[in-house]
Amino acid sequence: MQALVIVAHGSHLNPDSSAPTHAHADTIRSTGAFDEVKTGFWKEEPSLREVLRTVESEEVFVIPLFVSEGYFTEQVIPRELRLDGWDVSAWDSDGLSADTATLVAEDTGQTVHYCGPVGTHEAMTDVLVRRAETVTGDPEVGDGFGLAVVGHGTERNENSAKAIEYHAERVRAMDRFEEVQALYMDEEPEVDDVTEYFESEDVVVVPLFIADGFHTQEDIPEDMGLTDDYRTGYDVPSEVDGHRIWYAGAVGTEGLMADVILERAADAGADIESAIATVREATRKTEADGEPGKTDTDREPRETDTDGETQAAGD
Amino acid sequence: MTDVQATAVDVRDEQVDALLKRLGSNDGPIEFDGLSAATDADGYALSTPESGDHRGLSEAEFRAAATEDGVAPYVTNWHYWEETVGHRGRHRRAFLRRAEAADERSVPARYVDLDSGMETEWGEVVVTATLGENGDRRYEIRHADDVGAAEDELDGYDDPLDARQIATDDDRGRYRPLKSAPTLISGWIFENLGGRDAVETLDVLYPASVANWNLEREDELDVTHWRETAERQTGIYDIIEDLPREAVEWVAEACCVDSQCLKRREWQYDEGDDLAADNGAGAFPCREPCSLVVAAARKWTKLEEEETHTYEFELTPSEKEQVEAIVDAVADGRIDEIREADVYEGANRYRTRFLRAKRFDEDGSLSGTPTDPTDEN
Ligand code: SF4
Repeated sequence: MQALVIVAHGSHLNPDSSAPTHAHADTIRSTGAFDEVKTGFWKEEPSLREVLRTVESEEVFVIPLFVSEGYFTEQVIPRELRLDGWDVSAWDSDGLSADTATLVAEDTGQTVHYCGPVGTHEAMTDVLVRRAETVTGDPEVGDGFGLAVVGHGTERNENSAKAIEYHAERVRAMDRFEEVQALYMDEEPEVDDVTEYFESEDVVVVPLFIADGFHTQEDIPEDMGLTDDYRTGYDVPSEVDGHRIWYAGAVGTEGLMADVILERAADAGADIESAIATVREATRKTEADGEPGKTDTDREPRETDTDGETQAAGD
Repeated sequence: MTDVQATAVDVRDEQVDALLKRLGSNDGPIEFDGLSAATDADGYALSTPESGDHRGLSEAEFRAAATEDGVAPYVTNWHYWEETVGHRGRHRRAFLRRAEAADERSVPARYVDLDSGMETEWGEVVVTATLGENGDRRYEIRHADDVGAAEDELDGYDDPLDARQIATDDDRGRYRPLKSAPTLISGWIFENLGGRDAVETLDVLYPASVANWNLEREDELDVTHWRETAERQTGIYDIIEDLPREAVEWVAEACCVDSQCLKRREWQYDEGDDLAADNGAGAFPCREPCSLVVAAARKWTKLEEEETHTYEFELTPSEKEQVEAIVDAVADGRIDEIREADVYEGANRYRTRFLRAKRFDEDGSLSGTPTDPTDEN
């Protein structure tokens, strides 16, 4: 009996933060690859403290739905799950290479394969590309297009920038897009100046974020000049300084994220090969409903979480 | 037993097969909820409180005996608990046993009760256990406010995950950050669920409640008190350990009483140092300050660092009472109930607007008194 537990940040203020987590859990559940698929959250229920006791299986694969290694993956999650004897050295990671560590949960006695975050897995590169396909509605997108991968930057977590660089480099190596550039919200090269970094007229901009929130729905669109006021929405693509910007929103909402979660579990020893193939196909949207469109125009006004600690604060 | 529908007590051949198979395994004789069955050199033995002892039965005689009136319910009951539910998932099993008072009532008595439905209250919902075919159990879950409503007046669901949608927003469309807040919407029903799906549905509506309830029942609940939770925090929450004990009382009174949260607060300030606030009477326990309380406590920790000041305000006696009425109305979530023209209510909107027009200056300061006394203009 093996169970999958996806752990994520969640929010006290709105359901959007956990929506992708639930969606990916549903995708994986429908493959039947695991006896149980559960979700646990820092800010929602079941809490990280109590999620394991909702799982009946003795063996549990825990996958953090976070973009990079850092405070949450190294301290908060293992502590709250009560992983006995956890030390970050168990991952032996250079900031990008955390794979898995097997520990015992003190309260439930379950064997937990605690995996690295989805954001640093190599399969995440494919999700970025898939996101570009989805937002442009073109399964072959690449020719004549630039791709920007956007992250926070190093200010709060140096690994966050490492993950962005890593995937930008991997997309570049595919030789599929004309140009690939890593951009940041709080350091150079800045996402505000996106058009200065590209020759190509068409640029797909994909933020490496787990869920849509005020960074991806408000700050980045306004910073790039897609709109003066995020509440009025913006077009996809939008014209900015002679470029067409195809802004994709958080990569984490892309269905193929479920695949990265499965890859993490498979790397940790879960027996799920056929599920991976199913998910890769089932989450492809470009042929069916990849129509580019206008985003919601009546979004909720900006809200920070109760205390200003957002997922980005340490991930 | 005459009041129980025949199909519910009939024994299927496969159920007897399973019983024989179990007897043939190395698990030894069966003693379960009044059913005794065994096999030895003389043949099979079978008895229930109603049947008397059958001994030295051939397999055919055993099969015949298993379908007798005084035995059949015990056989289907055994099958449900030992084959259908099984022992994996101890919390799930414990909850389902409780849903029919299995540890207190005899099988025939339970079958009569289940035939008309046995109810268990869980937070704001009611779980009703009934008998299905051949002693199978079926479960229905609905909001307590909808007890008595016709099924076709309610929105029907059968996938436990649909409960996620139900639990997301309150009846005014506001997000519910605390699943145990007494704000679950009504108007829906999960009908005809199996045991696994029933518990799964509860686990979506009230996450981890079944596990914690059973751990408590088995004396294994790992309560983490305020001090330990506060000391464990890091990052932006590490300051909450500075929140004075007195203020922790107010936190519990503000957040954890039954009007705000249906979990029964089992955590205290510290082991052996109980909080005075009412801990509630909910069916399932709260074993540790939740993330919402921790996040709010962070704000209170900062606010409680402020010193008091003496302010001077001019208020009529009625205005003082009105301010108190407004605080009460907000704290009790009664704002929406106060009718527009009910000017007898201090928290009435017109009354409040009048007070603001009269007592606030253009900066929004009460009686023109600046918040910071050094700010005197
Ligand atoms: S800490 Fe208080 S508000 Fe939070 S779940 Fe427990 S009883 Fe409810």
